[in-house]
Amino acid sequence: MDYFLTEEQQMIVDIARRIAQEKIKPIREHYDETEEFPWEILKEIAQADLCGLYIEPEYEGMGAGILSLILAVEEIAKVDGGIALCVAGTALGTLPLVLYGSPEQKKKYLPNIAKGKSLAAFGLTEPMAGSDAGAMKTTAVLKNNAYVLNGTKCFITNAGEAEVYTVFAVTNPTKGIRGLTCFVLEKGMPGFTFGKKEKKMGIRASPTRELIFQDCVVPKENVVGREGQGFIVAMKTLFSSRPGVAAQALGIAGGALDEAIAYARKREQFGQPIINFQAIQHMLADMATEVEAARCLLYFTCKGIDKDMSKVEKFAKESAMSKLFCSDTAMKVTTNAVQIFGGYGYSREYPVEKMMRDAKITQIYEGTNQVQRNEIALALIKEAAAKGL
Amino acid sequence: MEIVVLIKQVPETTDVKINPETNTLVREGVKSIINPFDEYAIEEGLRLRERAGGTVTTITMGPPQAEQALRESIALGVNNAVLLTDRAFAGADTLATSYTLAMAIKKLPKVDLIICGKQAVDGDTAQVGPGVAEKLDIPHVSYVRKIDKADATGLTVERMMEDGSDIIDLPLPCLITVVKEINTPRLPSLKGKIAAKKAVVTKWTAADILADIKKLGMAGSPTQVKKVFSPPPRKGGENICGEPEEQAKLLVQKLKELQVI
Repeated sequence: MDYFLTEEQQMIVDIARRIAQEKIKPIREHYDETEEFPWEILKEIAQADLCGLYIEPEYEGMGAGILSLILAVEEIAKVDGGIALCVAGTALGTLPLVLYGSPEQKKKYLPNIAKGKSLAAFGLTEPMAGSDAGAMKTTAVLKNNAYVLNGTKCFITNAGEAEVYTVFAVTNPTKGIRGLTCFVLEKGMPGFTFGKKEKKMGIRASPTRELIFQDCVVPKENVVGREGQGFIVAMKTLFSSRPGVAAQALGIAGGALDEAIAYARKREQFGQPIINFQAIQHMLADMATEVEAARCLLYFTCKGIDKDMSKVEKFAKESAMSKLFCSDTAMKVTTNAVQIFGGYGYSREYPVEKMMRDAKITQIYEGTNQVQRNEIALALIKEAAAKGL
Repeated sequence: MEIVVLIKQVPETTDVKINPETNTLVREGVKSIINPFDEYAIEEGLRLRERAGGTVTTITMGPPQAEQALRESIALGVNNAVLLTDRAFAGADTLATSYTLAMAIKKLPKVDLIICGKQAVDGDTAQVGPGVAEKLDIPHVSYVRKIDKADATGLTVERMMEDGSDIIDLPLPCLITVVKEINTPRLPSLKGKIAAKKAVVTKWTAADILADIKKLGMAGSPTQVKKVFSPPPRKGGENICGEPEEQAKLLVQKLKELQVI
């Protein structure tokens, strides 16, 4: 379908597609098997100017908005959902600075992220605070004009490889979610170390580790936004970043669909290509329809967000819908792709089993799909109440 | 270092189709790309510029649509691009092409190094690079697989040979043609693509490069393609299977049949 992309957006798609097809496709299995960090690929992505798409030009980004970011993430994810996450995960870690950073913070951190010299990570989740972010235990206590952080974050994408970390901690335990504050930290700060690396089902090119803070002293000027504003910073970041996960999911689904069509045309049974069978045709038709519907929802949500990113909360519902629908589609489409491949689909010889493993996480992180449904329902209730229904 | 890279726009196919009546390439319905070997030449030019400073200029001779190839080179990071286009250039063989490119290079204020791909994938002659060097009366080395040293005094290059490589010093200005072993070409960047769209491509005609009209195009081409054909595909060899004794017997029998023994 023609989405009437601008010339610049089409360039982004073309560039990302070439990187994905020419540079990532030949080596994706290697990163899946070894779980090494794909620095070599990130260098290509940086050199192509795709790291700073959503960062303002005054901080050396392209100022091209969220839609441009998700176009790039989608193309990369068609080939490797894990490598796509290195880009999307950096965007997640950077968005608090884009949305709430002071000019000094932006000047200090954004240019290197835009140039691909540093990656970023987002530290919200804790062992006992997943969907329930308010149950956070990491504390930040103000002492001598600096905050002292103590606690552990878990499941942090890009941890260990990133230079810049936006981290959330409790500054006032009596105030619940209004007592949270966002900080920007740098790798190598005394008292800031990394814990165990998770062994995951999928997205294995993307590292997931713990962040450990032991009396980590963070200067006051590293507060992102204001003290106590952390929950709002986190929420607005997630409204803007969920399209990134959606794009990753959509890319995985699109990649699996392409593989399934190509395989069904080649694979012969009963003396003919299996794509001649209506059973296969109908599966492919459903998969293609779901992918296209997911793409429509996501692209239009991004167009809305790009109109005025400071009012991203207006798109909280659509952002959640995009993440929910794209990730559910990714799971369904990859499962069906494996089915079409039959026994070969279950084998690591073919790429669809990896796609199915990679797809699962998109239903879980950056808010489980159950949490997305809560978000959508909450918006429906608010809308109805506003209309006095 | 002021670097010129000579490029050619070619059809994107390894299976070049020839019109049997005119003996020319069939271009209809085939996408045009930068000759793949020239991408290595552009990449090497850009890497030298990154090390030693200066500029990289791409030049191509061709029909107006060859401008697209030059814009693609700008997307990769090239500073300037020159399109040599004139009806008088049409039908040029490698001699006339070398002359035309050499005249264009002479028009540039300063050129230290000229880089070409080892050959174009459509014509496959590998003659134009060396031809340009001869017309300019400067030294050249073809089939370069590595530049060991490049500074104001000259170049040290490794030439790929069938039985190893030659290490050759040559002074500036000079010309080299490169093989694909020399580097891995970069992909275009977003800023590059945006720049390529806005860039002004210089266009020169025969008059602009002060060329002798008799040495251009068909008129300046002493060679003409009479016939183009694909060589018959080579048949695979025969595999002699079985126990060693049987194999030996069969082999001797075959050799006798062929009257080798």
